[in-house]
Amino acid sequence: MSNFPWLTVTGAVPLVGALAIALVPGRSAAADEAGQRARDRLAKQIALVFSLITLALSLVMAVEFKPGGPRFQFAQTYQWIPQFGVHYAVGVDGIALVLIVMTTILMPVVLLASWNDAEGLAGPAGETPPRRSVKTYFILMMVLETMMIGVFGATDVFLFYVFFEAMLIPMYFMIGSYGVGKRQYAAVKFLLYSLLGGLLMLVAVIALYVYSASGNRPGTFLFLPLTHLALSATVQKWLFLGFFIAFAIKAPLWPFHTWLPDAATAAQPGAAVLLVGVLDKVGTFGMLRYCLELFPAGAHYFTPVILVLAVAGILYAAIVAIGQKDMKRLIAYTSVSHFGLIILGVFAMTSQGQVGATLYMVNHGFATGALFLIAGFLIVRRRSSQIADFGGVQKVAPVLAGLFLISGLAGLALPGLSTFVSEFLVLIGTFTRYEVAAIFATLGIILAAIYILWMYQRTMTGPVRDEVAAMPDLRARELWAVGPLIALIIVLGVYPRPVINIINPAVHQTLVHVRSTDPVPPHPASALKNGSNP
Amino acid sequence: MTGSLAATLVRPAMALTTLPAVGAQHAAWLLLAFPAFGAIVLLLGGKRTNAWGHLLGVAMALGAFVVGVLAFVQMLGYPASQRSRDLHLYSWIPVAHFQVSIGLLLDPLSICFVLLITGVGSLIHIYAIGYMSHDPERRRFFGYLNLFITAMLLLVLSDNYVGLYAGWEGVGLASYLLIGFWQYKPSAAVAAKKAFIANRVGDVGLSLAIMAMFATFGSVSFTGVFGAVGGASHGVTTAIGLLLLLGATGKSAQLPLQSWLLDAMEGPTPVSALIHAATMVTAGVYLIVRSAPIFNLAPDARLAVAIVGAVTLLFGAIIGCAKDDIKKALAGSTMSQIGYMMLAAGLGPIGYALAIAHLLAHGFFKAGLFLGAGSIKHSMNDEVDMRRFGGLATVMKITFVTFGFAYLAIIGIPPFSGFFTKDPIIDAAYSRGGVSGALLGTAALLGAGITAFYMTRIMLMTFTGKRRWEDAAHPHEVGPVMTSPMIILAIGSLGAGGFLMISNRLINFLAPVVGTPPLSHGFFTPLSFLSLALVVVGGALAWAMYGRREVPVTAPHGNPITVAARKDLYGDAFNESVLMRPGQWLARLSVFFDNRGVDGLVNTLAATLGGTSGRMRKVQTGFVRSYALSMLVGAVLLIGALLLVRL
Repeated sequence: MSNFPWLTVTGAVPLVGALAIALVPGRSAAADEAGQRARDRLAKQIALVFSLITLALSLVMAVEFKPGGPRFQFAQTYQWIPQFGVHYAVGVDGIALVLIVMTTILMPVVLLASWNDAEGLAGPAGETPPRRSVKTYFILMMVLETMMIGVFGATDVFLFYVFFEAMLIPMYFMIGSYGVGKRQYAAVKFLLYSLLGGLLMLVAVIALYVYSASGNRPGTFLFLPLTHLALSATVQKWLFLGFFIAFAIKAPLWPFHTWLPDAATAAQPGAAVLLVGVLDKVGTFGMLRYCLELFPAGAHYFTPVILVLAVAGILYAAIVAIGQKDMKRLIAYTSVSHFGLIILGVFAMTSQGQVGATLYMVNHGFATGALFLIAGFLIVRRRSSQIADFGGVQKVAPVLAGLFLISGLAGLALPGLSTFVSEFLVLIGTFTRYEVAAIFATLGIILAAIYILWMYQRTMTGPVRDEVAAMPDLRARELWAVGPLIALIIVLGVYPRPVINIINPAVHQTLVHVRSTDPVPPHPASALKNGSNP
Repeated sequence: MTGSLAATLVRPAMALTTLPAVGAQHAAWLLLAFPAFGAIVLLLGGKRTNAWGHLLGVAMALGAFVVGVLAFVQMLGYPASQRSRDLHLYSWIPVAHFQVSIGLLLDPLSICFVLLITGVGSLIHIYAIGYMSHDPERRRFFGYLNLFITAMLLLVLSDNYVGLYAGWEGVGLASYLLIGFWQYKPSAAVAAKKAFIANRVGDVGLSLAIMAMFATFGSVSFTGVFGAVGGASHGVTTAIGLLLLLGATGKSAQLPLQSWLLDAMEGPTPVSALIHAATMVTAGVYLIVRSAPIFNLAPDARLAVAIVGAVTLLFGAIIGCAKDDIKKALAGSTMSQIGYMMLAAGLGPIGYALAIAHLLAHGFFKAGLFLGAGSIKHSMNDEVDMRRFGGLATVMKITFVTFGFAYLAIIGIPPFSGFFTKDPIIDAAYSRGGVSGALLGTAALLGAGITAFYMTRIMLMTFTGKRRWEDAAHPHEVGPVMTSPMIILAIGSLGAGGFLMISNRLINFLAPVVGTPPLSHGFFTPLSFLSLALVVVGGALAWAMYGRREVPVTAPHGNPITVAARKDLYGDAFNESVLMRPGQWLARLSVFFDNRGVDGLVNTLAATLGGTSGRMRKVQTGFVRSYALSMLVGAVLLIGALLLVRL
């Protein structure tokens, strides 16, 4: 592995892209309509190119990554605020790497799908789109990408916290200024919730620093030394809660979820993909990385409660999803249900559960991403997100309907598609330790079939409604945006091993650290020898 | 005969060891690759493939059939104990002890299904060229059919339960797509969704069974599970058996998950023949028989299987008696016939091979019946009401004769198929002994009589009597592309049962996988004469009601049993009142609660934390921006201060 700072460079490229976009002349009185459109297009093109460069760099990392190698690779550590022991420390393990690659894959997809979103054409019919700066929207997205890579790549708890909070700002504006409907209400709600959690985490982060200082040794925020800290069980419980509540709000775990449906409905589809597909994963990633490894005793103590909340969330959110009338809201609730499964897998503390949960984070990003984007294509055509306003779309736009169905089937975890692998791993990993939780969680697969197929039935089948009769099928740009996601959903369903191989060692290390061994019996190869006397 | 006694009488199935695949068996992946290629080309290729899409679809099905025949011939060349061969393809999901691979198990049981699926499947592909010739979406139809063949072959060929589950849900998807093929019809779209959801209920059982296997045995492969099952407690094997049964009831339309199959007739008739009669719906029987080593150790679970089968065989037969829609009458019959197979499988080692024999024979005659019904429908402007048929024997001679062969096969007239495969099941049920044996046997015997009644009713209403056609209908014999598959299936209806059962051919062939049952007493037993007598009574009754008398064009009111049977014995009414309506209320209530309860609580909390509720009201009445900005500024200042305080 070369010493080239791949991770830092990958994270910095989008920020450079954002600066480059900022140099494009903005709105001015002199420019006519056509000139303005050309400038906007240039901004979009710059964003796309930089996001593709980022993607290429992250793929190089994925290839260079040694699954059996050191825990954190592409690592760099520099002192940042020496008085506080704050470092610029980055590095990725298998879990962080796959999440970064997921982010960099989603970014160009989202940019392409959001090409015309900033112009505000997706609002309800009759509402005049507000005039907004197109280039600012794309700058926000590029800045967000840097922060998302940073939050997964940080190996200093304080640095992680900074990215964790800073991510809120671009997303706040993307929802509040560029969203639809009750966008400002939703944006504030999103911000309030997140800040509340963030503040609790900040307290815990500082406490961690205080505890890490002992005798004449100064305190530190570096992750690896902190994992070796000998904290009393009581302290672990409190600090665990400080981190966990922040992550539970972010993920979100039932009953901390009510901000998400509002935010995802108010956001443009592309922003919703980043919100649900990436930002929320920081919550589940944080549980796996920080809650478990920093506070193993705290994690074990709270596991029963968390499992109950996770299972309740899986079923509750799925039932609420069935009753939704708005497409984006429905998809948001399905995500709450899926986050319940991810959290279940994390806290089952088995190899299958945690590998499944990590894989689920990736697969959910692609599957729900595709679902949100295609719903967005529908919404911009019909200028409504109400399910009841559609009907018979399959007849007029078969490609759109077909891809909508595939992403929907990924939502209900059909075998052959990527989500099945992760969902089944979570369920089976949970079953080996917590049978009852797994049995209840498995009931969710019935509810998933109902909410997906009922939505498909109401929007795509039946007689063609007059309002959708003239609806065009997918355009080339739209196809280029969701096509790669659909391909990934299928490829990772049939052949998930390359990703699993990257995740496996990282999960193994986590489990060793929390002192958890899989409760499965010895492999039957040995049992066969003893027990096969006819 | 109790379970343990049966086990001592029967050579255990695990005498068979699985060897690695050799030679030409390495090409077995082509079984999956051919139809998968067809599906991919036809579904991705879009309109460009319209001109030749159906030909590619047929070619891929035939290609798989050829590979299947070659694998079968090669298998016959090995001694019986060496016929189980495993072809490992690649590692699919490797996580710690959970090692799932995609691998194919070629053994006598799976090869039977391969030949059925690809053989009958190819015939139905060919038939569909004619049947779907007027449909602008014929190419998409063949894409889905190829997809179905791929998934079904994966189901029966996989060497582990997770791969089986993938095929299991894959055929569910194909079934969903094909029932809803004419999805602009709301009834078709609803039926498709219903089928998928009912199957998902069963899938919960199957997936939990797999989880329990992994948790207990540390493996999900057939060899791993069956090798370790001897050490499991009675409770565990019973639980796994019952969970597998739940899965089987969904896929095979057995009680209590039966109601989707009648609605599934919304699909094009070739689909009804292939998926909802000959192959997919029998997957539940495959699952039980494949899991024989588990069921051998779980007599209670086996009894549950047999009871489900016996109840469903009567349930389906009664529904079949009352339906005027020819496809729905046949669908009731399918439920009933699969009930026979489940009953046989539930009898354990004496019944596994009988279940498979009846399954294979049924594949021929039921596909033949559906293709016959399809050709009538095709030539009569999509008419399916038998009260609008009548006198078709003279205008559709080939259809009449082939349908007649299948009719004789299903009611069990010697030497047609059903006689050889159904009567041994009745016999085996009685030989179970005790009260349960007597009840199960009598149910099966009674079912034979009812089958004769409803099948004779279908024959008479369709082919004899006065012509009751609509004026626009001009029934005529269909073209050779449709009649030739019907003729081949008719030959199968005549010969398959005898071929499989005489001199225990199939029983011996399957013995390495499912064990050897005690030798049967031959075919012409007192019981078989009793069964034949009941068939004659059933047929005569039908003749008295529908042959001698004229069939009214509008259905008479009928007695309470008829009314109930027309409504599928209230299966839907039950689902609607017990599951659907409460479910809808629950969903509505949860939405309300989520909007008012949880969210309201949170908003109140936020307002309280914010100091005054007035501030929260501000948020909601338009001063959002200033409020948000102040929050944001606060947060940024906080972070900034922390960063800068020591710089």
